[in-house]
Amino acid sequence: MAGICTIPFDAAPFRLSGTVYGTLLNHRSALAELGEKASLPPYNAPPRAPVLYIKPRNTLAISGERIEIPAGMPDLEVGACLGVVIGRTACKVSVAAALDHVAGYVIVNDVSVPHDTFYRPSIRLKARDGFCPLGPAVARRSAIAEPDTLVVRTYVAGVLVQTYTTTDLVRPVAQLLSDVTEFMTLGPGDVLAVGAARPSPRVRAGEIVDIQIDGIGTLSNPFAAAAL
Amino acid sequence: MRRARVAYAGAIHSAVAHEEANTLLLADGRRVAGTDVVWLPPFEVGTIIALGLNYADHAKELAFNAQEEPLVFLKGPGSLIGHRGVTRRPADVKFMHYECELAVIIGRRATQVRRAAAMEHVAGYCIANDYAIRDYLENWYRPNLRVKNRDGGTVLGPWFVDAADVADPANLGLRTSVNGKVTQQGNTRDLIFDIPYLIEYLSSFMTLAPGDVILTGTPEGVANVMPGDEVACEIDGLGRLVNTIAADGVFGR
Repeated sequence: MAGICTIPFDAAPFRLSGTVYGTLLNHRSALAELGEKASLPPYNAPPRAPVLYIKPRNTLAISGERIEIPAGMPDLEVGACLGVVIGRTACKVSVAAALDHVAGYVIVNDVSVPHDTFYRPSIRLKARDGFCPLGPAVARRSAIAEPDTLVVRTYVAGVLVQTYTTTDLVRPVAQLLSDVTEFMTLGPGDVLAVGAARPSPRVRAGEIVDIQIDGIGTLSNPFAAAAL
Repeated sequence: MRRARVAYAGAIHSAVAHEEANTLLLADGRRVAGTDVVWLPPFEVGTIIALGLNYADHAKELAFNAQEEPLVFLKGPGSLIGHRGVTRRPADVKFMHYECELAVIIGRRATQVRRAAAMEHVAGYCIANDYAIRDYLENWYRPNLRVKNRDGGTVLGPWFVDAADVADPANLGLRTSVNGKVTQQGNTRDLIFDIPYLIEYLSSFMTLAPGDVILTGTPEGVANVMPGDEVACEIDGLGRLVNTIAADGVFGR
């Protein structure tokens, strides 16, 4: 049921805490899409430190779970992300030691109501029930030799609509963990989604979104119109 | 009833205020001094929902125009600490400030709740001190987590006070003092978006669950705090939430 946190990863070290952080504008395509707008009002300058946001527990869903498109909205944005699952408490970690704190990896679909501002978007655009499916399961860190060369493929209704690689992250995984844990500690089971490519694919009611990353699997969710 | 969660003698306990001053009665019958325990946030905290600029005077203080929709941001559990906790102030910052806020604790699952029924979903209240470091403010997803979601930046407590014991949550005086000098004063009657509105608004798009908490915003009077300062946030009927600012060295930085 939407809004209830049911995460089938309930075995150490893959027991998720239910805390999921997303990273804004961490793929070069996202900054490129903004172009010089990033230096104009209201932003005035591109981000300096990592810009994070929270996908609260009501947004969490598992692979296969149906995601509702709110009434009156033609489509939603798909945010296909690599999710880093923390294995042990990470506070002020160095780049060299960062990956030692990782238990594994998961696919995160950071779903949003389409919007074109990054200044102070309302949480009703990103924190709706079911807006953060993740799965299909946590792949062990040892199964992913190099998190910065993964290919992320998104299919909507069976059609490949986006392909990107994590090679183009502004902050690669270890750098991101180091910079984030400088100001906030991540705990075991926390998930840090490292950022999606832009422009975002769209999904309409009746379509299935499949996000595939080699070594992790496929996160698959049908989208449906909310009952009136 | 005023309830606390404390660590004492090797375990975590639920406790209630004893009639004797500064004394707690643990669930197992022991009576202990409030200074002999470690105070934890007084309930199992779920989603932390915080309001920006929800008092007219504070919005004016920050040169902010009236809004049509509440300014809501989320905080993570890693930022939580309890009464008498310590919050780090990095050496390189110029403006770190407290924010005394009424925290509304959800007790019953809430989906698309109407204003008239909203208060039925409230289990109780506590005091929150929602720290911010202005130096780190960037114009992306304001207020960005580096400002608002720092370790030790969300102080909750000391007590979980049952909703039944708070006659009118829309008329509670708030005040903050730094080293004993009052620096911030307000009253929850000046909330721009009141508690029933916030529950109706939030539950219109997100399911609220027991343990979720709404930090309802802070009035004017935020002031810079320095290492060694003792910051006390008080709300009528909810108690006094004390916290100390510490320098980098305490945290090995």
